[in-house]
Amino acid sequence: MTRLLKYLTLLIGAVVFAYPFLWMISGSLKPELEISGLGLWSSQFSLANYEQVLTRIPISRSFLNSLIVSLSVTTSVLVFGSMVGYALAKLQFIGKGALFLIILFTMMIPFQITLIPQYVLMVKLGLTDTYAALIAPTMMSAFSIVLFRHFFIGIPNALIDAARLDGCSELRILFRVIWPLSKPTLITVAILTFMTSWNEVLWPLIVVRERTLMTMPQLVTIFVIGGEAESQLGLLLAAATLLALPVIIAYAVFQRYFIESMVHTGVKG
Amino acid sequence: MKRIVTIALSLKKSDSAGFWLVSPYLIFFLLFVAYPLVFSFILMFHRWDIVTPMEWVGLKNFERLFADPLFFKSIFNTFVFLLVHIPLQIIVALTLAVLLNSATKMRGLFRAIYFLPVIVSGVVVTILWQQLYAFDYGVLNTFLTSIGLPRIPWLVDPDVAMTSIAVMATWKNVGIYIVLFLVGLQTIPRELYESASIDGADTRKQFFYITLPMLNPTMVMIVVLSTIGGFSLFIEPFVMTGGGPMQSTLSATLYIYNQAFYFNHMGYAATLGFVFALIILAVVLLQRKLVETESVS
Repeated sequence: MTRLLKYLTLLIGAVVFAYPFLWMISGSLKPELEISGLGLWSSQFSLANYEQVLTRIPISRSFLNSLIVSLSVTTSVLVFGSMVGYALAKLQFIGKGALFLIILFTMMIPFQITLIPQYVLMVKLGLTDTYAALIAPTMMSAFSIVLFRHFFIGIPNALIDAARLDGCSELRILFRVIWPLSKPTLITVAILTFMTSWNEVLWPLIVVRERTLMTMPQLVTIFVIGGEAESQLGLLLAAATLLALPVIIAYAVFQRYFIESMVHTGVKG
Repeated sequence: MKRIVTIALSLKKSDSAGFWLVSPYLIFFLLFVAYPLVFSFILMFHRWDIVTPMEWVGLKNFERLFADPLFFKSIFNTFVFLLVHIPLQIIVALTLAVLLNSATKMRGLFRAIYFLPVIVSGVVVTILWQQLYAFDYGVLNTFLTSIGLPRIPWLVDPDVAMTSIAVMATWKNVGIYIVLFLVGLQTIPRELYESASIDGADTRKQFFYITLPMLNPTMVMIVVLSTIGGFSLFIEPFVMTGGGPMQSTLSATLYIYNQAFYFNHMGYAATLGFVFALIILAVVLLQRKLVETESVS
């Protein structure tokens, strides 16, 4: 009896979390008048709403923009983050302790305080309406440096010394010796960074006004609040589905890594 | 001997290598952390619309802030949000995690489904829930009327709107905490429960005297992250309500955005950002003191 109750509760939970998504996808395929119904099935499924969205807003271009931005940010966070993490974990240099304290301190700064000055900086550098404005402020993350440092400390020094004796440069050691040993941390940082970057919407809204440069969540936001969708539910749901789909597909493939990344770090993306 | 000399030499060489490796971060830090912090401090004492030159106004921005009803309203709204969001999140996450922990069948599948909203963009969730919450033809009200209950004015009643947003935010984020609680539950040693049941403690007692205290670190994390999330709330009210009705969903971050980008009050927006940041730090410190127990950490 309690067993039944337990699985029933879990099942209700699953319906609560999954049903809205199913309803969204089904609604995006339905004709306008049928959408508000509770059911998922319609005899008149069509791609009409998607065709409308594709012609009204440059959403495939925004997909490309988001991809460029998120991939650049992720690559940069991995490369530079591991460089700093490696230096902090395995090299000796003056000011190392102070630098680590500074990095820990930057993690505590609420973004509300730097938001406006960062925008002003972009204006002063003439970077508004460029990819650079979207990428530069998140090119490195204190959080990833701390994660890398923490993992690298556990790697035996003997490996690094051996590589040095073979004449490897520090960069070569990092990418040829350390990286292959650090796959779990690299994957964790990559997933968290990519997801955060892909879903970011406040910063793009601030620094990009040019429609062809907008990221996908930004363009969809503008589509919804700018009145272009003319409050047609089907169009809104189709745009939302297009925005959700890439992440859901990635999640379906790498589900275990997604969840483990979050557990590993205990921080939301 | 030669070997030692070589290692010593390479160590010496690595000294400059260390500097070289961290130098990109130093540039990044100066540009995107240090400069903004310093500049935000300067901005707070100026009036500036970003086009005309900056004008020194002394403490005017702070005087204005403490007389600004919308500033206080946005803090009040954030606390309303947190008051609903935090307890709801803990109850739902704990319930589902405890059930999942004792369930063996399909645990992975359930976990994956509960986690789904976490990875999806807030924009998607907001668009979706805007439809679910619609007054006349929304899915939730359609459901309520079909079982004979009255409609709920989810987003149109100023007394309800922020609660609705808090419920939606819980739906989106609770998956993280289910997974974290699950990890926490699995680290509690079985012997604790065994010896407790030998001592005659029933499941209820075991839950309150073993499970809950052992989950304290996760609890602290939920409270702190939710608080930071509450003050960072932006896209949900921006898309759903625009801060309305009657400013009831105006969040801290949305208010900064409005002052900066609708009214071009850069100085005042920077002041708001600074004060909100102080409030966040103060609240989080206070929470840690109140929620964190010393025995487990």
